[in-house]
Parts: sequence; C-alpha cells; structure tokens
Amino acid sequence: MKRVITTTVINQSGVLNRVTGLLMKRQFNIESISVGHTEQPGISKMTFMVNVEDKGKLEQLLKQLQKQIDVIKVNDITDKAMVMRELALVKVVVSPAVRNEIFSMVEPFRATVVDMSKNVITFQVTGDPEKIEAFIDLMRPYGVKELTRTGVSAFVRETQKAQTPQLNIL
Amino acid sequence: MGVNLQVREEVKQQLTASGADVLIQSLKSQGVEIIFGYPGGAVLPIYDALHKNPIRHILARHEQGAIHAAEGYARVSGKPGVVLATSGPGATNLVTGIADAMLDSLPLVIFTGQVATSVIGTDAFQEADIIGITQPITKHNYQVKKVADLPRIIKEAFYIASTGRPGPVLVDIPKNIASELFSSNKKEEAVHLPGYQPTTKPNFLQIQKAAQLLSQAKKPLILAGAGILAAKGTDELKAFSEQHQIPITNTLLGLGSIAGEYELFLGMAGMHGTYTANTAICNCDVLLNIGARFDDRLTGNLAHFAPNAQVIHIDIDPAEIGKNVPTAIPIVADAKEALLQLLNQSFESPDTTDWLAKLSADKMEYPLQYHVKGREGILPQQAVELIHRLTEGNAVITTDVGQHQMWAAQYYRFNNPHNWVTSGGLGTMGFGFPAAIGAQLAKPEELVISIVGDAGFQMTLQELSLLQELRLPVKVVILNNQSLGMVRQWQETFYEGRYSQSLIPVQPDFVKLAGAYDIKGYKVETMEEAEAVFAAAFNSDEPVLIDCRVLQLESVYPMVAPGKGLNEMIGVKGE
Repeated sequence: MKRVITTTVINQSGVLNRVTGLLMKRQFNIESISVGHTEQPGISKMTFMVNVEDKGKLEQLLKQLQKQIDVIKVNDITDKAMVMRELALVKVVVSPAVRNEIFSMVEPFRATVVDMSKNVITFQVTGDPEKIEAFIDLMRPYGVKELTRTGVSAFVRETQKAQTPQLNIL
Repeated sequence: MGVNLQVREEVKQQLTASGADVLIQSLKSQGVEIIFGYPGGAVLPIYDALHKNPIRHILARHEQGAIHAAEGYARVSGKPGVVLATSGPGATNLVTGIADAMLDSLPLVIFTGQVATSVIGTDAFQEADIIGITQPITKHNYQVKKVADLPRIIKEAFYIASTGRPGPVLVDIPKNIASELFSSNKKEEAVHLPGYQPTTKPNFLQIQKAAQLLSQAKKPLILAGAGILAAKGTDELKAFSEQHQIPITNTLLGLGSIAGEYELFLGMAGMHGTYTANTAICNCDVLLNIGARFDDRLTGNLAHFAPNAQVIHIDIDPAEIGKNVPTAIPIVADAKEALLQLLNQSFESPDTTDWLAKLSADKMEYPLQYHVKGREGILPQQAVELIHRLTEGNAVITTDVGQHQMWAAQYYRFNNPHNWVTSGGLGTMGFGFPAAIGAQLAKPEELVISIVGDAGFQMTLQELSLLQELRLPVKVVILNNQSLGMVRQWQETFYEGRYSQSLIPVQPDFVKLAGAYDIKGYKVETMEEAEAVFAAAFNSDEPVLIDCRVLQLESVYPMVAPGKGLNEMIGVKGE
C-alpha cells in the first residue's frame, strides 16, 4: 500500500542520507521524496511516498524513522485530510499544426507554459500525483521529450473530518 | 594602539586549549578511566594532548582488538567503552566491532581521526568516509565541523551511547579541528536533543493489563533478555518470578540475568536451547518478554513460535516491539522500571503448580547431555563443566561465536550477572579474547576466562602482547578441535559431510606461541591433565594459555535446524 509520510528533522548535513539509508537498509521502497526548510530555522521537513506490504511493515517504518536521533517527528498522514502537491516540468513535442489542440487540452489542468521553441513546449503543472499522471498520459501521444517531477510535498489540513487513530506506542 | 594590544593579549589568554586538549578534558569530566586505542597520523594532536594530560591508554596491537576490548569493558562494567583510532584504515579496522556493539546494544564512544577539513572529499592520504560507512551500524555518529562544537558533541555522544537502548556512537574529528586553538570557557550546556527522548517509565495502564493477563495465565513464562542486565534489574526479575512462581528462560545474551541454579530457571532457549526451555515456549499461554528482541536464533521459524501464547513485550526500544512477533501488550520502558511497577501491582498469582511440575519433569527427563562412553580424549562439554566446577560459577566468561560459545552458554551456569561476555547478534570470531582483556581491566579482582575456539583465537591473537605487557591474569582456554566447529557441524548435518574448508589441521604450536609472548602455555589432552592444569591456572595471578585438545567431531545438541520451529529439536538426548 502507498503511504504518505512526513518527518520533521534537524537540518544537519547527512540527515537526508541517514533517512534514505535507513529505508534502504530495512528494504523499504521510496517512490518519491522531497525535502525543504520549514518556518523554524534549523528544522527541515521531508515528505515521502513509500510502498509498504502491510500494517506491520508500516509500523516498523515509522518506529525506525522515529529512532533516528536527528528525526524529531514522524507522521503517516495518508488517512488524514491533507493537501498534497507536486510539480512537474514536461517537455512536449508540439508541431505548429497541433498547438491549438494542445492548448485547449492543457487548459483544464491549469498548466503554464514556461518555455517555448518552434516545435517544443515546456509545461509546468502542479497538483496531486494523480492529476500529474493524468496530464502526462494526455501528453504522451504527442511525444514527451523530457520529464521531471519534484516529488510530493504535503500538509495535513487544519480541519480534520474525524480523529484518525495514531499508533499508541509512539 | 595600546588598547588593541590589550585586547589581543586577552584573546591569546583564552585561546590556550586545542580541540584535542578539550577532548581529553571532556573525557575526564565524563569519568573515563580507560581508552582503548591505536595512534596514527590524523590523531597525532589527540595523542599529544593525551601525553600532556594522561588517561590510562591501552595500546592494542590492532584496532579490532581495541574495540573488542572496549566492548568487554562495557559489558561487565556497564560504563561506555572508549575507543580512539586514526583515520582511514584505523577507522575501517573498527567496523566489525562497531557492528558487533550495535547488534548487542553495547555502549561505546568511538573517536576516529579524519584528514583535515580542507582535504575531506579529495581522496586524501588515509581518508575514508567513516561517517558514511558507519551510519547504518551506529546508534548515531558525528563529524566535528567546528572546534567550538566539540564539547557539546562529546557530551551528546556519551549521553546517546549510554541511555535508552545503549549502542555505539562515533565521533569523527578532522586533524585541523584537533589542533585548532579556541576559547573553551563557554558555559556548560545541558544536553538538548529534541529527537531523542527515550521512554523509561512504563505506561501504567499497560502494566495493569499485563498484570491482569498474567494473573489469569495457566502456563506463564518469562523470557529474560540482555535488557534486564542493561537496566540492572536482575534482583527485580528474581523477586517477580518468586512472587508469582513464573519460570524463566534466557536468551543467549540474557544469561546471567538469573542464577543458573535458580529453581525456576529452565536454561537458555533457542537454536541450541534446552529441551525444557524450548518446549515451554511452545506450550506457554502467556509469554512475558523482558528486554529481548526475538532474534531469529531464539525464535526459530516464526510460524511455530509460541503458538499458544499471548505476548507481553517490555522493551526500551519501541521499534523492537512487534518487529518479529505479534504482541498483545506492548510496554515501552526500562526493564527495571517495568519490573518494579509489576511488583507494585501485587496482583493475584496465577496457579502454576501443574505447569511447574511438568517443566520440572522435563528438566529431569531431558537435561543437557553428552555421551562419554567409549570415547577417548576430552569432550568440549566436559571441559566447560570442569571450568564451571573449578570456578563454582563465579568467573567472568568471554567467548567468540560457534560451538565453544554454545557449550559455554549451555554448561557454564552463572551465579552472577554481568559476567557473560559473548558476541551474540553479529557472531564475531576473534571477539572473545580481546573482550576478556577489557573485562579484566574493568574487574581486576575477578577471574576472567576466555573460552575460545582455535580458529577464532587466531583472528585476534596478536593481543597476547597486551597480556605480556600488562601481566593481566586472563586465562585463555582454547577448545581446540582443529576445525571451524560449527561450520563443520552444519556441513555434517546439511551438506552430507562435505567438510569444505572447515578442517584446519595445520596450526601454530599454541604453547610455543604463548612462550613467544612470555606467557605460560600448556597443552592438555586428557581430563586428568585438564583437571590439574585448569586448577593451577585459575589459582595463578599470571596470564595462562591452555591448548585444550577436544574431540573434533563432537556436535552441539539439542539443535533446532534453521527454518524449523522450536518444537522440532534434534539431538535432545545428546546425539
């Protein structure tokens, strides 16, 4: 199952390596990872998407992350109401003949054009991973020349539908 | 001008201490009495500071010897072992010991030199990325980037190594940081680690639940691990077992947490555990695990492990709970604190009369056994029993890994805690002998016996120099079967007796070898010789090495084959 996990970490050199090294050592599979500063100086936040087999493995993952000295907080926010965003840059081959067609398709995604040449347009699209997948699938028949994604960054929403049970052991 | 000069003068006065000076001073304020180390280029400033402001330094003859000695010291004293080595090869030679300490939860603080910050990352002479290398095998590690951080980092390193679940912490110090002068008159700060706050007090509700479950049990069993030793909770363990008449079994590393002769002790469980202990695990209805991590050598095939039991697991490391075995009642706590709370609960004792009667019958019917009849020479089990008899179970015993380790674990019944020093998790050959040196330094008055195999001993025998130099009265008993005994046993059992590379008939003359180091050496080949030589050696205040020739083809029984359940023991009658 796919899980979205956020960790608050002390921003020391090597902390990213520590976390990814741990995931590798314990045989967890990372789909995406994003890291950046937070509102507090010296504190960074990592968001990653992982594929875990079952609840037991998930519990292990959370506990092992929590065990790292530089990790302050670990949250599995998958089941919470949350905002999840990712940014992708997609270079699409667009001959002048299909330009209008492409633009009309891109519009509902609110993708923006960030670079343009005679036959290639680079779009920037943001949203949750499903939306980005959908956008890429739509562009694929035209020819995706190059593609890069930032990985997911996420927040829980201020208002939650109901309390989600936390692992009482943590 | 005058004012400026005055300012410069003041600055000069404050900058009297180098990073290395501060390191040594900090070690002293941490109460460090012994450093196990080996000098080299990148740690020259540190060794110079040590020369000016001495702490007892044990110069091992190989860094691996130094770190295993530090592990032995830490195991018997409970205090962090301190190791110092140079950059590059000095640091990489420590890796085995670091991994060993990590798996067996031993508190170590390891200082490694590093090339100067200006050349880190350029593949400089004797540069190795020891931070990257040791990240997965340390509890935490640091590279000191600013000399001003050094006092804080040292303090944190000792704190992390010795609290919570103990483990090794490595501090990598670039050479220029060790030489740099700085003002160290900053106020002492308390350790502040927002990401590290181990839980030591148990949750009260969980304790109540555990008490309730135990009081309803018919066949309760305590599995006591090394967590009890780390928490110094052995008295509480015994009191709890006595109060509620609950039998106890041990993990390999938990041996000594309860006296070997205690009435309700069933012996060690696991791959080479006793019939009674393994059967008890299979049949118990409540399994109270205190400070053990359900290692695969203990559990055997998980599908058959404690199939009838509800599990209560007390551990200071939450990540160990539920990792291997589903747990009904998790309790994150220091083992001693949890036991004290359980004792305070004074719940109704379960009626264990029938259960204890059955276990006691098992003990009578299936004791650990071996067959002497018609066999000439010394059986290794006999040698261990002789050591036990002569020392009355009071000696400190260290071992490597393998057959001799299992025989020691089976037949040496400890009277006291903190006397058992063995490499459990990592299973390191060459651990036992240097560990005995560390143990002897920690307990100078005690009899320390290193029971080792002939192959493992040859991996770190260079430390005989330390016995020669320090005249440490360590007794080395080599159970010499001229083979890699456990490998040979597995080849016999699982590979149709194809002894691929496991027989080592060519070996040094160990008696002469001892002589070369100015140590008394003896070779014994019969039990009569062994009686006399062991007794004399154990009464001597000098180091002694004994080459004890044992039967080559003897195997360790009982045995649970890998992948099998604890209910599928072979050799319960000793063959």
